[in-house]
Amino acid sequence: MEYEVVIGLETHVQLKTRTKMFCGCGTSFGATPNTHVCPVCLGYPGALPTLNGQAIRLTVMAGLMLGCDIAKRSRFDRKNYFYPDSAKNYQITQNGEPLCLGGRVCLPGGRAIRLNHIHLEEDVGKLTHRPGCSGVDFNRGGLPLMEIVSEPDLRSPDEAIAYLTALREMMVYAGVSDCNLEEGNMRSDVNVSLRPKGQQAYGVKVEIKNMNTFSGIHAALEYEIARQTQALGRGQPIVQETRRWDPELGETFTMRTKENAEDYRYFPEPDLPPVLLTQAQIDAWAKDLPEAPAARRERMMKDYGIPEYDAGVLSADRALADFFEAAAKRSGNGKLTSNWVMAEVLALTAKEGTHVKDSALTPEALGDLLKLLDAKTINGPTAKALLPELFAQGGDPAALVKERGLGQVADADAIEPLVDAALADNPKVVVDYKAGKQAALGFLVGQVMKRSKGKASPQLVQQLLRDKLA
Amino acid sequence: MEEIKQMTLAGALEGLRAKRFSSVELTRALLDVMVASQKDIHAFVTIDAEGALAQAAEADRRRAAGEEAPLLGAPVAMKDNMGVAGQPCTASSRILEGYVSPYDATVAAKLRAAGAVFLGRTNMDEFALGSTTQTSGFGPTENPVARGCIPGGSSGGSAAAVGGGLALAALGTDTGGSIRQPASHCGIVGVKPTYGLVSRYGIVACASSLDQVGPMTKTVEDAALLMDVISGHDPMDATSLDRPPTRLARQWEAPLAAQPLAGMTLGLPKEYFGDGLDPEVRALTEAAAKRAEALGATLREVSLPHAGYGIPTYYICMTAELSANLARFDGVRYGARVPAEDVLGQYLETRARGLGAEAKRRILLGTFVLSSGYYDAYYNRAQKVRTLIRRDFEAAYGACDLLLAPVTPEPAWPLGVYQDDPIRNYLSDVLTVGANLAGCCALSIPAGATAAGKPVGVQLLGPSLGEDALFRAARALELR
Repeated sequence: MEYEVVIGLETHVQLKTRTKMFCGCGTSFGATPNTHVCPVCLGYPGALPTLNGQAIRLTVMAGLMLGCDIAKRSRFDRKNYFYPDSAKNYQITQNGEPLCLGGRVCLPGGRAIRLNHIHLEEDVGKLTHRPGCSGVDFNRGGLPLMEIVSEPDLRSPDEAIAYLTALREMMVYAGVSDCNLEEGNMRSDVNVSLRPKGQQAYGVKVEIKNMNTFSGIHAALEYEIARQTQALGRGQPIVQETRRWDPELGETFTMRTKENAEDYRYFPEPDLPPVLLTQAQIDAWAKDLPEAPAARRERMMKDYGIPEYDAGVLSADRALADFFEAAAKRSGNGKLTSNWVMAEVLALTAKEGTHVKDSALTPEALGDLLKLLDAKTINGPTAKALLPELFAQGGDPAALVKERGLGQVADADAIEPLVDAALADNPKVVVDYKAGKQAALGFLVGQVMKRSKGKASPQLVQQLLRDKLA
Repeated sequence: MEEIKQMTLAGALEGLRAKRFSSVELTRALLDVMVASQKDIHAFVTIDAEGALAQAAEADRRRAAGEEAPLLGAPVAMKDNMGVAGQPCTASSRILEGYVSPYDATVAAKLRAAGAVFLGRTNMDEFALGSTTQTSGFGPTENPVARGCIPGGSSGGSAAAVGGGLALAALGTDTGGSIRQPASHCGIVGVKPTYGLVSRYGIVACASSLDQVGPMTKTVEDAALLMDVISGHDPMDATSLDRPPTRLARQWEAPLAAQPLAGMTLGLPKEYFGDGLDPEVRALTEAAAKRAEALGATLREVSLPHAGYGIPTYYICMTAELSANLARFDGVRYGARVPAEDVLGQYLETRARGLGAEAKRRILLGTFVLSSGYYDAYYNRAQKVRTLIRRDFEAAYGACDLLLAPVTPEPAWPLGVYQDDPIRNYLSDVLTVGANLAGCCALSIPAGATAAGKPVGVQLLGPSLGEDALFRAARALELR
C-alpha cells in the first residue's frame, strides 16, 4: 500500500532579549555555568516571576510576520513535572490562552503551512552528566522561548526542512531571534504519522523530541518514516508514543508511551496577571516590522531590475538588503549596484570574514563610487582598486578620485600619442592583429592603459586602436 | 528599662526619639525575655541576638548623627517564611533546614530601610499549613495568655511573641486566617491587608493567590505604623497593586471623636453567626457590635449566601497552588537533601523525610484536584464558586461600610487536641477564608476573654482597599 507522510512541527525559538523571561539575568551564550542566575530563575523560596515586556513585543512581531491573530488577552500557566533541570519543578508556559493564534509559513514553492498557535514559555537548565554525578547549569533556565506549533500540513522531510528554513529566515529577519542552531536557539519536536494515500483521517502519530540541527531532523524523519512504513507493511500497529533521536546511532528510541504519558496538571499561574494588549499597542509594534523576505525579493526585482538570483541572495540577509537598497538609491543604477555587491563586496566580506555592515564601507560611499563609474568619470579598474580601501578605512570616493587625479582621460587628443607610441613599440603584435588574431587588440589596449597610468577610458582606447589599425 | 512586656511599638519609638533608652538597651531587654521564654512558649525558631544587637547599635549611631526614620531602632519579629538576607528561613520545615536566605523579602527590605531591627524568626505551622502552629517541624508554640492552649496559626509564633510581650510587633502571613485567628487567640491585633497591597516577594509561597503579609501588634496604631512602612507597589511582585504606601497612622495625630463611628454602617453577616459558634464567642462578638452602636455606628444584618462553600472552595484553591509551590523543595539547589541511588530516589527520600504530614496531605489533595479528569470537577468549579463568594462580598459592601463578625468559631483549644482530625482543623477557618478568597481586607482586634481567661477577638472586614475605614473603626472599637 502507498502511504502519505503527515508531519507537524513544534519549534522552540529563543527570543533575542537582553534579559530572561521572568527576571533581570542576562542572556548571553557561553558564560561560566550558573553565573547568569538569581533567586527568581533558581526557584529560591519566595522569589516571584515578573514578565519581560520585550518577550511579549518580539512574540507579537513574530506573530504579525507569520500572519497570526494576536490575542488581546493571553495568560500563563504552570506545567507541573519533576526534573532536575527545572528550578521550580514547574515550567511557566501558555497552555490555555496563547499570545498568537493561527498564521502560516509560506514555502518557496508557494504552499502555505498553517500554524496552530505560538506561545511563550521559559527554557529549562542544561544538564551535564559525569561519572558518578550530574550538574545543572541554570544560565539557560528562564531564557524566553516561543513555541511555534504547526498544523500537520507537511508531507515530507524535505518539506519540513523547507518550512524550518523559511521560518528561520523570517525570525532572523524580523530581529526576533538569532536562530543560532549551534547555541540551541532553535529546537524542534516533530510529530509524524502515515496514512494510506487518499485517506482523510490521520494515522497514529509518534513524537520525536528536541532536535536542534536541520540535518538531524531530516535524518530522524527519514528513519521514522521507514520504521513506520515497515511496521505497517508487516501489519503491526503504530503505538502512540514519544521517541528520542540518537544522532550517533541514527535511530529513534521509545521514551514513553501514551499509557505512561505525564499528567502536567496545568493551571493558571497565580503569580502573573493575564497579559492584556490594546490594538493601539499592537499597531505600534507592527510599525517596526520589516518587509517579509519573500515580498522584498519580489519588490527588489521590480524596483531595481535585478535578476531573481541576485534578489534572492540580497534579500535573505536583512542588513545586506538594506545596504544594497541604500547604495542602489545613491548610485541610481540598481543593476550595476547589484553586480558590485554580489561580486566585489561579498568577495571582500568573505575574505575579511566580516559583514559589510561592520565594515567602513557605507552604502553612500559605494553608491558614489558607482555613480562615478557609471558617469565614466573613472574606469572599472580604478573603481575596483578603490573599493578595498573604502572597505577598510572608509572615505569619500569623489574626493579620493580628485585628490589622486584618478579621473579617467576621455580626451582623444591626449590619448592618441599614447596609442601611436604603443603601435610603434609593438610592430609584431600589429602584424598578428592584422593576420586576424583578435587577442592582440587586448594586449595593445593594455599597453596604452599602462602608458596612461590606468586613467584612459578603455572604450576610447579601443576605438582609437581600431581606427588606426583599420 | 520601662515595662518591656507592656511596651507598644509607638511607645518604644517615642522612648527612642526622647532618648529615654537606646535601641541596644531595648533590643537587649527583649532578647532577654525572648530567650527566657523559649522553653515554655517556644515562639521563635531562630533568635539572632548578635545580628539584632549589631543592627540596634547601627540604629543608635544613626540617631546620634541626627538621622530619623519611621522605625529607627525598633525591634520587630519576622515569621519564619519571610526572607531576611543572611538569616535562616525555614518556614518551620525540616526540608529547609540549613537554608539561609540570600536576599531580603520586599517587606524585610522596607523594614530595614525604615530602620527596624530584626529580632528573630517566629515559629509557624510548616509552610503556613495549619491553624495551631503544631505542624511546625521544630515543635509547637504555646499560647502565652491561655496557657496550655494552642496560640492559633499559622502565624502562632508571631502572635505568641507579641501577646506574650516577647516582641513589640511582628509580621505574619494570612492565607486563610493565619494572622487573624492567632491574633484572636493571643489577644492582639492582626491585619490581613487587601490582596496586592503588600508585596509577596521573598515570602515562601503557600497559596499565591491568597497569601498576604500583615502586621501583628499590641495596638491598632502599631499596626498602622507597620502598614505604612510595608505596603505599596513592588515591581518584583506582578500581583502587587499600583498603589502608594498607606498613610494610616496619621489619624492618630488627632484625638478620637466622641462618636467616632457616626455615619458608618456595620454589616453583621448572618451566616457568620450560625449554630456552630461558641456561646462565649457569640456573646463577646455581640458585645463588640453593641459598643460599635454606642460609638455611633448603624448595625445591619447582611447575607453572604455562598459562605457555606467557603471551606471546600478554599481547600481546593489553596491545595492546588500549594502542590505546585512546594514542588521546588527537592534537595537539588538548597535546603536539606537525602542522597539516594538516582535522582528519583533523591526526590522521594528528601521529600518523604523533609516534609511533614500536613504538607504531604495537602500536596496530595492539590495534585488530585488538578489531575486530568478531575480538574473541571474540582479546580475549575472552585474558581467559579470563588467568583460567587467575591460577588457576595461586593454585594454586602453595597449595603454597609464594613462587616463585623467573629474570627474563629471557638476560643483556643488545648495543645494536642484534634491533631488527628484535619477536617476539624480545616472547619475552624470558616470565618476567615472568605476575605482571602475575595481578596479584600480584614483584621482582628481583641474583644475580651472567656470566663476561663482565653482571649477572643472580633473581626472587621472591609472592601478591597478599604483599609482607611477599617483602621478608623478598629481604632474606635479597640479595648483599652
